[in-house]
Amino acid sequence: MNTDLIIGILNIVLISTTPLVFAGIGELVTEKSGVLNLGLEGLMLVGAVTGFITLVLTGNYFYSLFFSIISGVILSGIFAFLVLNLMTNQIATGLALTIFGIGLSAMLGKKFSGTPIEGLNPYFFILISFLLVFLVSYFLSKTKSGLIIRAVGENHNSAYALGYNVIKTRYMTIIFGGVMSSIAGFYISICYAPMWQEGMTAGRGWIALALVVFATWKPWRLLVGAYIFGGVAIMQMNLQAIGVKLPGQFFNMMPYLATIIVLVFISSNKLRLKLSAPASLNISFEKNQ
Amino acid sequence: MIRKILTIFSFFTIISVSALYADQKKIGFIYIGPPGDHGWTYMHDQGRIYMENALGDSISTTYIENVPENADAVRAIRKLAASGHDLIFTTSFNYMDQTLEVAKEFPDVKFEHATGFKRMDNVSTYSARFYEGRTIIGHIAGKMTKTNTIGYIVSFPIPEVIRGINAFYLAAAKVNPDVKIKIIWNYSWYDPGKEADAANTLINQGADIIVQHTDSYAPCQAAEKAGVLAFGQASNQEAFCPNAHMTSIEDIWGPYYAAKAQAVVDGTWGSEDTWQGFKDGMVEMSPYNTKLLPLDIILEAKNMETAIENGTLHSFEGPIYNQAGELVVKEGEVADDGMLAGMMFYVQGIDGEVPQ
Repeated sequence: MNTDLIIGILNIVLISTTPLVFAGIGELVTEKSGVLNLGLEGLMLVGAVTGFITLVLTGNYFYSLFFSIISGVILSGIFAFLVLNLMTNQIATGLALTIFGIGLSAMLGKKFSGTPIEGLNPYFFILISFLLVFLVSYFLSKTKSGLIIRAVGENHNSAYALGYNVIKTRYMTIIFGGVMSSIAGFYISICYAPMWQEGMTAGRGWIALALVVFATWKPWRLLVGAYIFGGVAIMQMNLQAIGVKLPGQFFNMMPYLATIIVLVFISSNKLRLKLSAPASLNISFEKNQ
Repeated sequence: MIRKILTIFSFFTIISVSALYADQKKIGFIYIGPPGDHGWTYMHDQGRIYMENALGDSISTTYIENVPENADAVRAIRKLAASGHDLIFTTSFNYMDQTLEVAKEFPDVKFEHATGFKRMDNVSTYSARFYEGRTIIGHIAGKMTKTNTIGYIVSFPIPEVIRGINAFYLAAAKVNPDVKIKIIWNYSWYDPGKEADAANTLINQGADIIVQHTDSYAPCQAAEKAGVLAFGQASNQEAFCPNAHMTSIEDIWGPYYAAKAQAVVDGTWGSEDTWQGFKDGMVEMSPYNTKLLPLDIILEAKNMETAIENGTLHSFEGPIYNQAGELVVKEGEVADDGMLAGMMFYVQGIDGEVPQ
């Protein structure tokens, strides 16, 4: 194999994996505080379409990114209000957010679908994604705020009794997750495949969700996991193009299969499960308990 | 009192409106993707709009988009059938059994299934001979490639797709025996990111022409970015990749849809199989890109179109061998429609195996 080919492959892996890193790291922080947000796919799509529309209307990448982020803040803010203040079921609300996002993005983007745009160079965002994993890892393990987030996620009643504002902490982490998802969406519609077409994220939100479990809620493992998933997908394309016969369907289900295997592995041992998953994940917090 | 008047009034409105539209035929469509894909579904939707314009008030149309090719399709088709639709077009190959299942429950409703081969008294099938277009782009690709490597992105291993690969390769190898095609199976009709990845992978492996049998314009865009050439899919995609797009194979469904809808309005609809190509205008080539293609190649392509229309040229002219070296079409003969409809093998010269 010559080096050009390998560099080319690495390049494609980097470009195609970055949205998973963004969405995954955001969801990881949200889940660390004890909230499960299944709305990633919807958030990504709305982020993608908002960024695209803004770019078409203004021609400015900065505004485009800005409004994409705003869309993430608004949507995840609504999600946070529902699950934190109204204490709705997190799974049902998250699914509703995804379905809502799919519909809303399709409606908003209808007139803009098929408008040619000039794509943005992805390398800046690839760099940021690595930096982000480092910062989140540092933040969660070494800073006071990070420890508070984890305390809230492990046992919200104890954290509350110690005087931490559980609701406020979770608002912050949910909105952080929402913003990361919308940046992932922005990246997809502006850098990765510069276009807007309905449902163009094609399930990447779900893969990002699976990644968080696969990574057992650890930032660096998430990065490694994302690159394993992305790398395997691109490698199988390369092998196919070389002429090696491969069961392509199998590779499509790989991320989910790997996640199930990890889940089985960590669930087989109660202690291991306790060490990995935030204990208060997917449990509503009531102040008056 | 006011309430009573309103009730009576609305009652009469309903009666008069339904009397006005009593003869109006309802026509439904099931789409695999969104009409905004600028590919496969987009062209079906253009056909639907053409039909509406042609028939005016005698019909009304509905569509359901993004219907997966699984049990959900049964629900979607049944929903249309149960809500008074007279004619339902199901526009993807893997809606085949689902269409038949619903057709058995609703014998009075007419069904039209695209690209399939199973028919019933109330189920017709129709398809376009896209492979005729593949012959043209194969010829162009064989002449235009400098690396003798052509990247081909495909969706699912079904006869329509494999027929396209074979037609393309036969035409390319005829003018350039050294040509090699690299094939990537994406196992999805529509995933712009993955289609772009596949295109970039193929370009990275030395392909200088990208051909696709998937539905978004991401591969053409990736080719544009990398400075190589490409063919669009299903609709004219030149606007998205003006410096890569040589031509596209366009699917023209409108006249067929209008004719079938008219048959339902007239009560003359019957179950049949339709398979049309250049000759009947169901397949057309987008304008050839004069910036990229030399004039002589454009002329050759146009002559080939005419020859296919006249029947003097066929995409599958013997002798054709399969990968095992067995003669499948004899010299002087052409592949019959039966063989084409069930084509699940590669012709000799294509590397790799058809996935099972």
